[in-house]
Amino acid sequence: MLGEGILKGMAETARNFFGSYVSKERLTTVQYPEEREPVAENARVFPFLVYDEGMKDGERPEWEAGLRCTSCQICEKECPPKCIFIEKSKDKKPDAFGKAQYYPVRFDIDISVCMSCQICVEVCPFDSIKMDTQFELATDDRFGNLMIDVQELAKSDSYYHSIHPTEASAIDQHRAETKVMLAAKTKAAAESAAAKAAAAPKPPEQQAGQGA
Amino acid sequence: MTTLVNDRHAPGWNRPPIIESDGEGELLEVAMGPHHPSTHGVFRMDVALDGERVVRLKPVFGYLHRNHEKIGEGVSYLASMPYTDRLDYFCSLTNNWAYALAVEKLVGIQVPERAEYIRVILAELTRIQNHASAIGFLIQEMGASGTPLMYAFKEREKIMDLFESLTGSRMMCNYMRFGGCRVDISEVQLNMARSIVAGLPNFIDEFEALLSSNEILLARCQGVGIIKPELAVNAGLSGPMLRCSGVNYDLRKVDSYGIYGRFKFRVPLGDHGDIYDRYMIRVLEMRESIRILEQALHDIPAGPVADPKVKSRGIRPKPGEVYGRIEAPKGELGFYLISDGSPNPYRYRVRPPSLINLTILEDMCLGQNVADVVLIFGSVDIVLGEVDR
Repeated sequence: MLGEGILKGMAETARNFFGSYVSKERLTTVQYPEEREPVAENARVFPFLVYDEGMKDGERPEWEAGLRCTSCQICEKECPPKCIFIEKSKDKKPDAFGKAQYYPVRFDIDISVCMSCQICVEVCPFDSIKMDTQFELATDDRFGNLMIDVQELAKSDSYYHSIHPTEASAIDQHRAETKVMLAAKTKAAAESAAAKAAAAPKPPEQQAGQGA
Repeated sequence: MTTLVNDRHAPGWNRPPIIESDGEGELLEVAMGPHHPSTHGVFRMDVALDGERVVRLKPVFGYLHRNHEKIGEGVSYLASMPYTDRLDYFCSLTNNWAYALAVEKLVGIQVPERAEYIRVILAELTRIQNHASAIGFLIQEMGASGTPLMYAFKEREKIMDLFESLTGSRMMCNYMRFGGCRVDISEVQLNMARSIVAGLPNFIDEFEALLSSNEILLARCQGVGIIKPELAVNAGLSGPMLRCSGVNYDLRKVDSYGIYGRFKFRVPLGDHGDIYDRYMIRVLEMRESIRILEQALHDIPAGPVADPKVKSRGIRPKPGEVYGRIEAPKGELGFYLISDGSPNPYRYRVRPPSLINLTILEDMCLGQNVADVVLIFGSVDIVLGEVDR
């Protein structure tokens, strides 16, 4: 019969049309600015720099004292669209493990060039740069607000925990292990140095004793 | 009869072609695009019409050229990976796979078992969502504005949600790495994939009830835009465009790259090479993809998803050349890389299925109505990001 296929299709659309009044699962839209759907946990939008809270270093503000970035510039080199600009400091500051490290005096990311690919996060050996899930990044200033500087990029470790809880606690565990390992290493190094120091003066004494 | 003078050796050949008429009828030149709702992006077809019939068709592309290959030669091997997402932005995961496969061949990296399974699962989900939306767009170009496309997008949305929760992005996934995948798939996400796959047969049945026997679709599609098998092979077509003309060539069977040799599935073939065959092949391929997905989701083993010894950053392959190819939803997607031992490839070439499938557009359109040109173009299933690169 001519028109059978069309009627069959119409029955299908009618079923869906009335079905949307019956089943609540079919109402998939939300009233966006007022209602929001939760963001996926490993969503990635734009990078930020993690700083550890509660670190003190002279006059420095908290975010600068706790900044994990050592300005090794690997992310700058690996960034596919080359949107990261880093300037290394002349002096050093202690990091979370107590080791003196360089820090970035300038760390700019051009938000208009960044393509949210997460390569910088993967290559960072210091777990310093991470992806934010904040996606409302529109700005009305073409010239000033598109270059995000280090102060704007710096966000606390607890903020990182709030957006990527699983990943952040895994990294915390890893960092705690590293800290223990480093402490053991420095302790062992200190002990061996002390032993060396204790052992070193002995031979001359013995030699001196023998000589006498 | 009208004759067309388009002689390159004639004086003033670089001007628009001179059209001569003997008075019976005049040729009308129409520039369809670059901003035309049916061109899937920025693409121009210079069509010469004799009444309603197409006498000549010249595809003009390059409006979306983004220097992809030259950028690939200037950055490291890893940094090209997110750029491959932007080739065919509907199927970023298969693009990732093709590029990862080429580099793995070049360096000689083995991929862990679990990662291979994840790759197959993601590639087949990508194929399903690509074919569903391709059919949706095809039907939209036929005049059914919206309904089939929204049905397709309803299903695509579920797959996109899975991609987002796994890779962090809906379309620009950037997920595969040389020697594995970036993050492991959790049991929750696997169950999500299982429930998507369980709902897919229903969706395809619904889609087919809506479309397959529709009289308008049959009238517009059957016998229109025919590709002969000889032409398809000579033009180097691949994917559904090649198989619609009855040529049995599917890289998943021919190459058995990855672990495709382990799965039972059939390759649907067309008989007439018209638009309806291309539509039907996509429907059937979705059904076969479901079979592969069911097997893969059942068999997926535990284990690592990447070899921790393999560093994706700063690889320097030995000098040599390699061609890695996969069966992307649109056809054979290949990456040809030449290494000179430096951290950047010396040559980085993409073999895009969309571009090569598009080359026979004129052969399909000659003698057809101008309204069918839009439909034939839609049935090729291209993405301009891949055509122009």
